[in-house]
Amino acid sequence: MAKLNDNGFEPKIVAFLCRWCSYAGADLAGVSRMTYPANIIPMRVNCSGRVDAGMVMAAFEKGADGVLIGGCHPGDCHYVNGNYKTRRRVILLKRALAEVGVKPQRLHLEWISASEGVKFQRTVTEFTGLIKELGPSPMSGDGED
Amino acid sequence: MSRIGVFVCHCGMNIERTVDTQAVAATLSEHSGVVFTTDYNFLCADPGQRLIRDAIAEHKLDGIIVAACSPAMHEPTFRRVAAEAGLNPYLCEIANIREHCSWVHQDRDKATQKAIRIVKTLVEKVRGNQPLEPLRIDHDDKCLVIGGGIAGIQAALDVAESGFEVILVEKEPSIGGHMAQLSETFPTLDCSQCILTPKMVEVSRHPNVRLLTYSEVVEVTGYVGNYEVKIRKNPTYVDPDKCNLCGECVKVCPKSVGSEFERGLVERKAIYIPFEQAIPSSYTLDEEACLGLHPLRCSECAKVCEPKAIDYDMRPEYIEESVGAIIVATGYSLYPISSLTEYGGGQIPDVIDGLQFERLLSASGPTSGEVRRPSDGKIPKKVVFIQCAGSRDPERHNAYCSKICCMYTTKHALLYRHAVPDGEAVVFYIDIRAGGKGYEEFTQHAIEEERILYLRGKVSKVYRQDDRVVVWGVDTLSNRRVEIEADLVVLAISMNPHPSNLALSKILKISCDADGFLKEAHPKLRPVESLTAGIFLAGAAQGPKDIPEAVSQSSGAAVKAVTLLTKDKLIHSPEVVEIDEAICGGCGICVDMCPYNALAVNGAGVAEVNEVLCEGCGSCVSACPTGAAQLKNMTTQQFVEMIEVALQDG
Repeated sequence: MAKLNDNGFEPKIVAFLCRWCSYAGADLAGVSRMTYPANIIPMRVNCSGRVDAGMVMAAFEKGADGVLIGGCHPGDCHYVNGNYKTRRRVILLKRALAEVGVKPQRLHLEWISASEGVKFQRTVTEFTGLIKELGPSPMSGDGED
Repeated sequence: MSRIGVFVCHCGMNIERTVDTQAVAATLSEHSGVVFTTDYNFLCADPGQRLIRDAIAEHKLDGIIVAACSPAMHEPTFRRVAAEAGLNPYLCEIANIREHCSWVHQDRDKATQKAIRIVKTLVEKVRGNQPLEPLRIDHDDKCLVIGGGIAGIQAALDVAESGFEVILVEKEPSIGGHMAQLSETFPTLDCSQCILTPKMVEVSRHPNVRLLTYSEVVEVTGYVGNYEVKIRKNPTYVDPDKCNLCGECVKVCPKSVGSEFERGLVERKAIYIPFEQAIPSSYTLDEEACLGLHPLRCSECAKVCEPKAIDYDMRPEYIEESVGAIIVATGYSLYPISSLTEYGGGQIPDVIDGLQFERLLSASGPTSGEVRRPSDGKIPKKVVFIQCAGSRDPERHNAYCSKICCMYTTKHALLYRHAVPDGEAVVFYIDIRAGGKGYEEFTQHAIEEERILYLRGKVSKVYRQDDRVVVWGVDTLSNRRVEIEADLVVLAISMNPHPSNLALSKILKISCDADGFLKEAHPKLRPVESLTAGIFLAGAAQGPKDIPEAVSQSSGAAVKAVTLLTKDKLIHSPEVVEIDEAICGGCGICVDMCPYNALAVNGAGVAEVNEVLCEGCGSCVSACPTGAAQLKNMTTQQFVEMIEVALQDG
């Protein structure tokens, strides 16, 4: 049960990144050769507003220790206002997670623009650190929040 | 889909260094539905593309994954390769194992494991993909150009000459921009107005150009080829058709404010014409400066206006246009001089910015081309020019190089020496950046033959002593402190993004970079395009540039716009929403969520999609309570499968 050993714990994190801002920000982090922990598996969505409750809950059910959603800054959404929809949805989802015994911090929403490679790096590094501290998610079977 | 091929690219050492591509290929070969895997040095090169085409044919692949760089780079390339081999391009997906993996991790084991997970997610995606055909849509064939400086003028002329209608919108009362303020241009010393004004006239008279000055773009909706634009034409309170330019109104106007065109060196009246060659050639009543638009408040101008051109009841006019392409050429502004407190900026009257000095040099300027300093009108006998004022100073000011200042400072010093032959010119510089045709020669000529003293070093402090300005600096070549008593100090002030960029970027849904300049789609290969299809960038709006560069970029942007407008039909992504009529409850939530009015509930009580209007954001999908709304090739089911393999152990 090496997974329970806090120091050796390698969390699994799913990142939903909007194609216009955060995915491009992650590309910029790559082009700039910034380094960050390898725990996140990025998935491209057209808009952060596409990330529905089912996708987030599926990620936790299937063993994610954390879920990161990256969207365009308020006012910058490529699709007019999708990120505002996400912002509201994330508030509700955090409540729902708490109800089922998952710490709401395991779901994190961040605005990262296409020019913010540094912010992408920092966000992933800090979020991975936070999830490491929290330990495995209770929904993945062997953790408790 | 049961015959999936996975191609893993080494990208030379870019991927291979941290990701074991052979291991990725080997692991994926075990994955359900994958019948072919390989790794290759450069898949984007011709032999790599051939390898993919051959494998599709030989192994009868019905879906492929190219694990390589970001889809932003080569998704179109590999989708084309798939199509060439007879595979529907929407059955090709890119797994980003370079930008999102090999370039950001150092531990080869961890990076390889992550790459395997990433590729697996794309295998699951492609398994759920359906073959799609691009939608072909009609488009408008007009072009909107925002900004009437030299960049916007050039772009407008090029598009208009290609036979398309152009709407040229300028915020100020006249077109011309900063170039109209310059005295001469480097390195040829052409008179700026002499080369600019013919272009101003040409663009204003061109039959294909509709010129809207004193106007602002306030709303843009739609998408590439079909933008709906709302423009507010601000009231000038002067009817240009009636105004005969007699200028009587200016004589009687009792209110003066600093002239923007003369950079505050002199005042203008509340009713004014920015400069003599202004286009349109008409007066503007500045409502903020005016004592009151109500005839009872003042109305001196209206009383003397013989042709009755002044109309206090003029209101903003809203103009709506449909355009296919948009070129943004908002230009630049200057870093605020008052922020340069170490140089006495904004406090010492004889510390001025480069554009103010242009006006002092200009024959049409407030001193008729005689260099006279602002404080007392004396001819300065010693002028210090400070380069990189606000540039290349990440701790206090802008981190970037403003690019044009080295050259215009040389020009300033040289023109000053010509205007005041017994005057001394001293230039403080960090480096001289004179890349450009004839630029280095121009600088060398100024240093060697025009007796301009170039001191390599930074100025630490500028202060006033009696009627002189004292400059403290250091000459780093001789390692000596330097103290110079000057009559005038000219700051080669940093170029700032135009203040309207931020608001405009939100209206247009394009991005600004960290400094506030408009962000290009690719810094090297797509420098005149924004990331939004159909919106192009020209001139200093995108980053500091001199005139020849701004003009070249404008012609480039114009060609891009014309290429789009010339097309018979535009291609629209078929990755749009579809409704499963069997489970749609007709609640209409999707209709409210859609930012594009692409959805409606039809007579049969189910939602219907207008595919051409749908941009594929998926807002409706996330909100649909029954799951009837799904984005083609990005369904919830696909994401669930992707999530599952991303998180699988081992």
